Amino acid sequence: MTPAVAAHLSGQQAGRDGFPQLLRAEWTKFWTVRGWAAGMAVAALMMVLFAVLAGISSNQHGRHAVPVGLGGEPVTDGFYFVHRPLAGNGSITVSVSALRADNPQGQPTTVPWAKAGLIIKASTRQGSPYAAIMATSSHGVRMQYNYINDTAGIPGPVSAASPRWLRLDRSGDMVTGYDSADGTRWTKVGTVHVAGLGPAVQGGLFVASPDSVQGIGTDTSVATAAFGDLGTQGSWPGGNWTGGQVGAGFPGSSGHPAFDPGTFTESGGTFTVTGTGDIAPAVRESLGGAGVIGDILFGAFPALITVIMLGTLFITAEYRDDMIRVTLAASPQRGWVLAAKAIVLGVVTFAAGLAGAVVAVPVGERLARANGVYLFPVTLATQLRVEAGTAALLTAASVLALAVGTIFRRSAGAVTAVIAAIVLPYLLVAQIPFLPASVTGWLTRVTPAAAFAVQQTVVPYPQVTSNYTPYNGYYPLAPWAGLAVLAGYVLLALTVAAALLRLRDA
Amino acid sequence: MRPALHAEWTKMRTLASPLWLLLGAIAVTVALSAAVTSVLTCGTTGCGGEDTTRLSLTGVDLGQALVATLAAGAVSGEYSTGMIRTTLTAMPHRATLLAAKAVTFTGVVTAAGTIAVLGSLLAGRLLLPGHGFTAARGYPALSLADGPTLRAAAGSVLYLTLIALLSLGIATAVRDSATSIGVVLGLLYLLPIISLATGNPHLQRLLQQTGPMNAGLAIQATIDLRSLPISPWAGLGVLAAWTAAALLTGALLLRLRDA
Repeated sequence: MTPAVAAHLSGQQAGRDGFPQLLRAEWTKFWTVRGWAAGMAVAALMMVLFAVLAGISSNQHGRHAVPVGLGGEPVTDGFYFVHRPLAGNGSITVSVSALRADNPQGQPTTVPWAKAGLIIKASTRQGSPYAAIMATSSHGVRMQYNYINDTAGIPGPVSAASPRWLRLDRSGDMVTGYDSADGTRWTKVGTVHVAGLGPAVQGGLFVASPDSVQGIGTDTSVATAAFGDLGTQGSWPGGNWTGGQVGAGFPGSSGHPAFDPGTFTESGGTFTVTGTGDIAPAVRESLGGAGVIGDILFGAFPALITVIMLGTLFITAEYRDDMIRVTLAASPQRGWVLAAKAIVLGVVTFAAGLAGAVVAVPVGERLARANGVYLFPVTLATQLRVEAGTAALLTAASVLALAVGTIFRRSAGAVTAVIAAIVLPYLLVAQIPFLPASVTGWLTRVTPAAAFAVQQTVVPYPQVTSNYTPYNGYYPLAPWAGLAVLAGYVLLALTVAAALLRLRDA
Repeated sequence: MRPALHAEWTKMRTLASPLWLLLGAIAVTVALSAAVTSVLTCGTTGCGGEDTTRLSLTGVDLGQALVATLAAGAVSGEYSTGMIRTTLTAMPHRATLLAAKAVTFTGVVTAAGTIAVLGSLLAGRLLLPGHGFTAARGYPALSLADGPTLRAAAGSVLYLTLIALLSLGIATAVRDSATSIGVVLGLLYLLPIISLATGNPHLQRLLQQTGPMNAGLAIQATIDLRSLPISPWAGLGVLAAWTAAALLTGALLLRLRDA
């Protein structure tokens, strides 16, 4: 303690109040108040403790293993497959003249991504590589491969009056998809390299029908399709067409246990196939119980409230104890005083937040996995972004509290304003899952709670219909854009605070 | 008791901040409620079974923060300015002092809460039919003649009053304004978040039954009451228990400590 004071008093000429001295003075104020330094440590500790709580409170032992694609990404892979082996190169052609989706009560329902078409797949194992071309209910003909890739073909729905002809041509690991509206003039949709396809594969017809989104929930569905003009060329060793549900018994959209697996019948060259499930990347709703890193970091909320209290006190305590007069007498440049406080507070909060997050994420992940919880995988860069972003979120919140505290000069109002601005919108979004997407989208776009986007690790897929809401971990803004919204509020509040500090008597 | 009430009422009346906070609480409650109801839509595909009464009262989630600030700020303000010594010299019986404060807050918050809740319901009544929530689709206009809606409205006013008293008790115990408001808002807002983040359904349900905000706001539900973690009046009772505990702690500490 003594050296800091001595240096300030003796080392410099009177009146030389440079910015480094100001920073040093504010730093001394911060760390010598025992409660504040302890408060920062508590904020970091809470992130770790809550990560431990999140990790140990779940128990998902005995959960089905989540199928993963070649890149380790979780996938949905359940559909009705009418198949024969394909030993080498060859092609398969079919026409689709009807595609209809029903809900479990047997009434017609709208399932935009109900699919019926041709697929060539390495095996019937869930998650194995594939390429497929299909007619869909509302998105026309699509060529899709290895779960995440999707290309559009002929638009429009299929009907008996307007059938679609589809063809897949396999040559090694290259698969080419064609579509046609009349069976004679063919258009190439795409040629794709299906990594990991292997020499002997299964090929044939498939039907899938993902869960349909109903309000804030989902409902299972089953699709029925009529195929004709089935023809094969190349090394199909022969034998009968075999029908079977890929991913039978897997909970969720791929083969929902409430449903009987699909069926197929053939009469006079027409195949009628029913099926449920989807072949697509997994999303939050299709993997019930799966977690994301953001869930582990929910200790950021108690930490937020703590740093908001500390940020406010850093300035309001000066008003309460009349210390502000001494501070402003020593450094009459009031804007610089605020800047020095913001920098000291920001650096300390960022350090504490980062320390908390960097420890909390691996600890929580390990405990959650040990309890059988599946976590959506992230790259190291994404994990670091979430950790640093959470620390930045805490930093911005504490500096916002400092600025609002400077504006209000009273603790209670400032603490309430900042907590209500950051925590409450998140709570409304998370606690009330029945708020419609329009409300949650608005709340996470324009309020300071937009900054929680920095914790998102899951991405929406256009070829999967789901509730992409903040409640499920999908934010309308990109991670850094969300943080930028909060930063905008911070800059605005700091500007107003600096102006008021200059204009008002202390 | 009468002189104590008179003194507390004079403080409340002559300070600028309580009036602003009460007006602010009314304004933000109605504004947030109206904002939520104005973005709700009931399209051709269905309305998703919305609890329109509860959604129309969403603003209470925000209004309670200002009500809590009012109570916490009034008590801790006395400590930070040293006014508490004058108060206690004039009113040596400390329990009476706390009781007088509680009665004063109950009065003003009940009055402001009634305006805020009625304003929110009125906003819902005016806005919802324009967004497809019509009687023909099974959503009659919000009305206090409807039993559950009346219970939700009266319960929301009670809820706000209980939050003010909870905050009064905590602030009396904690004394510092930033810390006390942090504790109150932490108690209100953090428990729901913690309950959501725990993967254990039993722990989740327990937290939703015992957290002051989750339990207390069950009073706003008007449909699907069976699926609630706690029934409306029992939930408000849980909040009342929190409030009683906070006030008792505050009274005890006020009596035992020097000001």
